[in-house]
Formats: sequence, structure tokens, C-alpha cells
Amino acid sequence: MPALDILKARQNQVYKKGEDNFSLDCNKKSLSGAVSQRACVFCGSRVVLYPVADAVHLVHGPIGCAAYTWDIRGSISSGPELHRLSFSTDLKEQDIIHGAEKKMERSVRELVAKYRPAAVFVYATCIVGIIGDDVDAVCRKLERELEIPVIAVHSEGFKGTKRDGYKAACDALFKLVGTAEPEKPEPYSINLMGEFNLAGEAWIMKKYYEKMGIKVVSIFTGDGRVADIRRSHRAALNVVQCSGSMLTLAKMMQEKYGTPFIRVSFFGVEDTSNALYDVASFFKNDDIYKKTQALVKTELAEVYPVLREYRKSLKGKRAAIYVGGAFKAFSLILALRSLGIDVVLAGSQTGTKEDYEILKEMCDEGTILVDDSNPIELSRFALETKADIFIGGVKERPMAMKLGIGFCDHNHERKISLVGFSGMLNFAKEVHDTICSPVWSFYRKKAWYE
Amino acid sequence: MSKAVTQNSCSYCTPLGASLAFKGIENAITMLHGSQGCATYMRRFLISHFREPIDIASSSFTEETAIFGGGANLHVGLDNLISQYNPELIAVASTCLSETIGDDLGLHIRDYKKAKTGESIPYIVPVSTPSYKGSHIEGFYLAVMALIQYFAEGRSKPDGAVNVFPGMVSCEDLRYLKEALFAFGMPAIMVPDYSETLEGGNWEEHHPIPPGGTPVELLKKTGQSRASIEFGQVIGTDQSAAQYLAEHHGVTAARIPLPIGIRKTDIFFQTLEEISGVSIPLCLRNNRGRLVDALGDAHKYLYGKRAVVYGEDDFVLSVSSFLLETGLHLSVCGGSGKGEGFKEKMTALVTESGTEMPIIYEGSDFKEIEIAAMQKGADIFVGNSKGYKMSRSFDIPLVRIGFPIHDRIGGPRILHLGYKGALNLLDLITNELIRTQQSISSVGYSYI
Repeated sequence: MPALDILKARQNQVYKKGEDNFSLDCNKKSLSGAVSQRACVFCGSRVVLYPVADAVHLVHGPIGCAAYTWDIRGSISSGPELHRLSFSTDLKEQDIIHGAEKKMERSVRELVAKYRPAAVFVYATCIVGIIGDDVDAVCRKLERELEIPVIAVHSEGFKGTKRDGYKAACDALFKLVGTAEPEKPEPYSINLMGEFNLAGEAWIMKKYYEKMGIKVVSIFTGDGRVADIRRSHRAALNVVQCSGSMLTLAKMMQEKYGTPFIRVSFFGVEDTSNALYDVASFFKNDDIYKKTQALVKTELAEVYPVLREYRKSLKGKRAAIYVGGAFKAFSLILALRSLGIDVVLAGSQTGTKEDYEILKEMCDEGTILVDDSNPIELSRFALETKADIFIGGVKERPMAMKLGIGFCDHNHERKISLVGFSGMLNFAKEVHDTICSPVWSFYRKKAWYE
Repeated sequence: MSKAVTQNSCSYCTPLGASLAFKGIENAITMLHGSQGCATYMRRFLISHFREPIDIASSSFTEETAIFGGGANLHVGLDNLISQYNPELIAVASTCLSETIGDDLGLHIRDYKKAKTGESIPYIVPVSTPSYKGSHIEGFYLAVMALIQYFAEGRSKPDGAVNVFPGMVSCEDLRYLKEALFAFGMPAIMVPDYSETLEGGNWEEHHPIPPGGTPVELLKKTGQSRASIEFGQVIGTDQSAAQYLAEHHGVTAARIPLPIGIRKTDIFFQTLEEISGVSIPLCLRNNRGRLVDALGDAHKYLYGKRAVVYGEDDFVLSVSSFLLETGLHLSVCGGSGKGEGFKEKMTALVTESGTEMPIIYEGSDFKEIEIAAMQKGADIFVGNSKGYKMSRSFDIPLVRIGFPIHDRIGGPRILHLGYKGALNLLDLITNELIRTQQSISSVGYSYI
């Protein structure tokens, strides 16, 4: 890649299709001083476990980690909302010197007495191990005495990347899986994995599957309940949407309980249809298959005419994508194409080698691919490729808009559901309203007095 | 025994305040010495308020770093920052992780400089901000202190400028201060000044470091200023840049309250009169007149209504002072820090007003404030957007001021300071109370 001025150590993490011929470096530790858009191990664990709504999430460490993640995601609950509170052991200098096991223990006791949660997750942050706290031992003791699961989540920020945090969350969830039995196992039943119920998205997908005659046992972890997770091992199939975060758990369940899994995506018309058909095919049941066909047909009849209208004004526009997991990028590319939009820049924080090979295949000539990128690269490439819209998370938003590039939030904070057929309409509307806004006409142009 | 757990904290960690303060220096970039997550979380937190690009680097600790120390990571990080950002100054703030493993920032930086002997490298200013010591506001003061200690040169001169240490105020506040100082004809050095870096205009091209901020050259001159004005009644002496300049450079220090409301603003402008020898300009007098007149217009809607105020200690002290001036009463005052003498000063303020004593909290969290508000009763919440949950569950209106404002746009444009700022706060609060009254009235009066 004819570098703008990409840091030497990052040159193999930037790729231009048609010009370069190497396999993208990825899954590397973030480079010191590079202003990565990634967070840390704690962040990975926190985002995955966060939506479990009837558990107490206690962050063990100084105040920052808990304060910055208070009510941070749009994951909604149909019942309890314990996940929307921020609990911290708020460690101070004396705790650092003398250790904080006692404070952690007292905190758990206070919270359990007050909120009667179904379980407690205790997140160990950076310094907990260093000051010598044995979080596992305290959790075991509390679990025995309080008679609810008290689970240590090993999420010390520096012990790996966000992906390791996903794994720590999967380890924590796996401790719950299989600890209770359903009244009667259902033959046509699934767990939805990596679906966090942002803006009620899990409910949309659940409804589709129910219409097909399939029972959703547990959702990992959107609108999550501890009791559902405990008996989730009796579901016939795991349907994994956000693969980066949940594939580990699916594999663990396959090994221990023999539950097979499939990878799906709920973004875009094509991928949503596939996600429904793939599940229907798995069960090899005519009735389910017919219901699926009917469902998809009805939905498409509603969606396509509207999308065609949007396509008229969006054809030939250009989009830049930078997301957490690369799997989401695949769906976005398809969804944007269905609106007539070309993807000119695509990247992710935590993509794998296989992910990037698929991305290379999918993208057009000239598209720039990036792994674990930073604001300087992203904004320069977005300008260079003349992107009309940037799709990413909060940190990319001001960077794009400052330069007069529209922005669509496809991250944890979104308030509009983007999954399924209805989600595609929402997505199309947001992309359309953003790109067609008259405000961009004032950007990157000289004012009258210049 | 006091409670162990903190629920819905009002305070944030020390490096956050430091990162914010360093944004107010020209051509500077900050690196947090610790895990990658610290930088990313703080960027996200600040971006949600300012809605501007905010780059904060991290030295991205790994397990090896935690064992062998952060020297190597810091070295690589500094190299990368220099080649990507070409800054004039790199500020390095420590975190809980680097402090707990006993990493010596000063030593690493000396080693780095030694390795670069003969090369031209940026200024590198370290500051110790372990998250378990103090809160974001202390981090802010410590960062300003570190800059002054590093750069200030010379001795105070009678014809020097005036240093202004405004503390953690909004971008609009900073712009207002500059206008007021200009009106006095007073050359001033404001540290920090993020009014442009964190609320600038649109860009034609990407700027790795947004334009604006206090130039390093001016930081050096703070030692030669005729006086310093520092806002804050509860800043520890070890965190007071004004105090430091007084002791080491002979610069007279005026450590005065954050100028919110009439009396506190009077003190500020009287101080400026003394320092500049210029009497208060007409435009500012007119503002005071308008404010007093507006207080008259508003008093019937405000008298005896109970307010809950929360935020940084000095913010709470000055906002409370103004609310009492309007005839509002205080129900709960929650300071987020543990500022020296916060409780005493708060108590004295209320005693002087002759109104009922509110519940006063130091180092409070929102759960405590919520319980206290329930006990004492409240008609209005005044503070940052994190009080929204409380306000929603009680169905009591919230007037959003201070930092952070995460659920509205325009947080950086809220004016709090001076007579003009008080007028703005008065309008916001009064109209919110009128709106509530109007919406619960069955009549739907259209004249109020």
C-alpha cells in the first residue's frame, strides 16, 4: 500500500485490493502510541455479559472502569434492569496497599442483600491480581454461603486484547450453562448467541423464529436471564450471530453437550433470510420449512419496494466501514450493496485471518482494508476514498463528521434496531437521511468571505 | 460501618481529568501509561460530551509489560506518537496499573531522552495520576500543576500578564473569560484553554491535533506574570498552580471561588480591577444590571423551591451559592470529590443564607444522592446529565449543566461563569420550573 504515513509496524495491517498482495496481519496486540480504537480485555467481557439483566455486575477496581461503562449499551430488558446500574469496589490507596478482598466480599454481600440477584459477576480489573487479591477464592466462598452463583470474570485489561475479554465472558457463562434442567426439552429449540438486544433486536429475531415454530431457549445475552442460561444446554442448536464474541462458548457447548452450532448474521435482507433458512434446514422439518418460506415471502414483499425507492437516491454513493468484529462488516457490505452503495474502506478492531480473506473476496478493486486502525488512518482513507458515509462506533463519529462525512452508528449505543427485515428498513432510512441531509453542502467548501 | 460498594459514581478516575486538561495545550497529545482500555474508555467518555475528535494514546500494556515494567512500551509509544502526530508536547499520565507495579515515569522519560541525544524531540511532561487516588478533578489540577512546574521560568514582573487557572469549565466559559479579560484590557495566559481544540469549526482536511490551545511559549511566561487568578476554594495546596507560582516565582496568587452567581462573580471582577488597575468595564456592569433585573422577574417562580445540586466540589459550592441568591433552597448538595473543607464551606454558605441545611455529601455517588433527595424532597435537579435516571424515576425536572452532558447536544456551549453565565442558568432553571408548572396545570395557561 503506498502509505500515507502509516506506522512501519502497522504496514501489514493496511491493504488495498488490486494493488497489494499479502495476507493482512491481525489479532495482534495494539501498538503502543498508535491510538487504537480498541478497548481492553475488561471491555470485551463487559460488553458480552452486560445484558444479563438479573445479575449484579460488580467491577472490582478503582472507579474508572465501572464509571465509564455505566449504562453504556442500548441493551434492553423486558424485566429486571440490574445491568443498567454501575457497581464498583472503588478501590483507594489503602486498598492497594492492604489488599481489597474484604472490600470486595462486603460489596457482594451488600448487593446481594439489597437486590437479590440471580447471580453475581465480579470483574477483576488491571490491578486486582497485582495487589494479591484471590478473587476466585472469595467468589467460591461467597457462592457457598449466599447460595447463588458468584462468578469471577478474569478481565484484567492488559492480559490480552478485547478478544480475550470475550473468552473470559464465555468462560463465565459456561460456568452457568448446564446447572439446571428444563421442564421438558423441546426438539425444535435454539439458543441465540451474540445477540445483545440493542433496541430490542433480540425480540425481533425471536419473533421470526417463533413464527417458524421454533422455541428460543436462551439468548446470549440480550434480555438475558440467569435461569435461561443455566438450562440452555438442552437447546437443539446454537445460532451464533456475533461470532467474534460467542464462538468460543458455542464450541465449548458443542464439546461438552454435543450442541451443534451455525454462524449467522441478522443484518440485511439476504443474511436475515439465510439465518432463518439455515435454521429451518437444520431441523429438516417440512412444516418449519414452509412456515419459513411464508415468513420470508411476506417480509420481502413489504421491504423490497421501499428499498427500491431508497436505492434511487443512494446509487453510486460510497461508504466506509469500521466495526468491532469483521463478521458484521460482511453483512454491512451486502446490505449497502443492496442499496446501491459501494464500500470503499472496510476494517475491524478484532478480525481474524479468515475474516480478512473473506473481506478481500467480497470487496471491489481499490477498496482499502484495515485491521486495528486509528483515527489518523481512518480519516485520511475516508477522505482519500471520498466516502459519503462512515459506519462505525462513537469514537469514529466526530472524526467523520468534522470532515463533512455522514455517520451511522452501528455499534453498542444505537437506539434503532437494525436486524431483520424491519431493521433493514431502519438502516436504509438512516443511511438515506444522513447522506441526503443538506448540511454536508457547507463542509469542505470555502465560506463566502474566504 | 460505612458501605463498601459505590453505586452509580459521580466521579471518574484521575487520568480522565488530566487528559481533559492537556487538551488545552497547543500542539500537544496525551498518552496514558497503562492498558489500552483506559485511553479508549476516556476518549469515548469525552467524545460523548464534546462531540469532537479526541485522540488519546495508550502505551498498551501487556502481561510482559506488567512484569518487566513499562519502559520499552513507553519508548515505542513516544516514537510512534512523534512520527504520527509530530507534537510539540507529549503529556504522559500514569494509571492505576503503572503506579501499582511501581513504574517510574520520570526515569523512563530520562532514559528516552538519553537515547535520543542529539535529536530534536518534543517536550515530554509526566504526571502521576493513579486512579485510586483522588478523582477526575484532582487529575485536572495535577495536570495543570505538572505543566506549570515543568515550564514556568523567571520571576514575577509588575507589567507581566495575568495567569488564569479556570479549572474544569466549559468551552463557552473559557471563551467568556477571554472576552472579559479583553474587556479589562488585561493580557492573560489561560491554562488550560480547550475552547477551540474541543469545540472548533469544521475542517477541510484532517488535523491529527486540532488547532488551538495555550502555546508552550506562554506556559513558560507564567513565571513572569504579575499575578495568578485560580478558581477553586477546595483545591489542595499541593495541586494549586497559583500557589506554586507564588512560592517559586513570586507571582501573587488570588485563589478565588469559581465565579458563578452574583457574589462570586463580584469577587472575580474586583480581583481583576485590583490586578489590572482598570475599573470594571461598562459592558460587564450592564450584564450585572440585567442579571439583577432578571432575578426580580424570576423570584416568584423560585422562592423556597428545593434544589438538588451535584458535581465537582467547587462547581457545587458556586452553583449552590447562586441558587441561594435566587431564593431557591437547597435540599441535597453532593460533591463528587473529597476537596479540602468542602463540607465546612458548604455549611457556612447555607448558614449565612439563613435557609434550612441541606444534606451534604462528600465523595458521593448517585445512589446516596437519590436516597437523600427522597428524604428531603426536591423540586429540581441541577447538575450533569448523569442525574437523568434519578430525575426520571422521581419525575422531577433536571437542568443539565456542568460535565458531562451525554444525552443532549451543546454541553460545551453551556455558559456558567460571570454575570452572563448566571443569567443563562437563571433562565434555564426558571423556565424548567415554569414548564413543569404549566404542564401539570389543567388550565394550560398561555401567559405565565
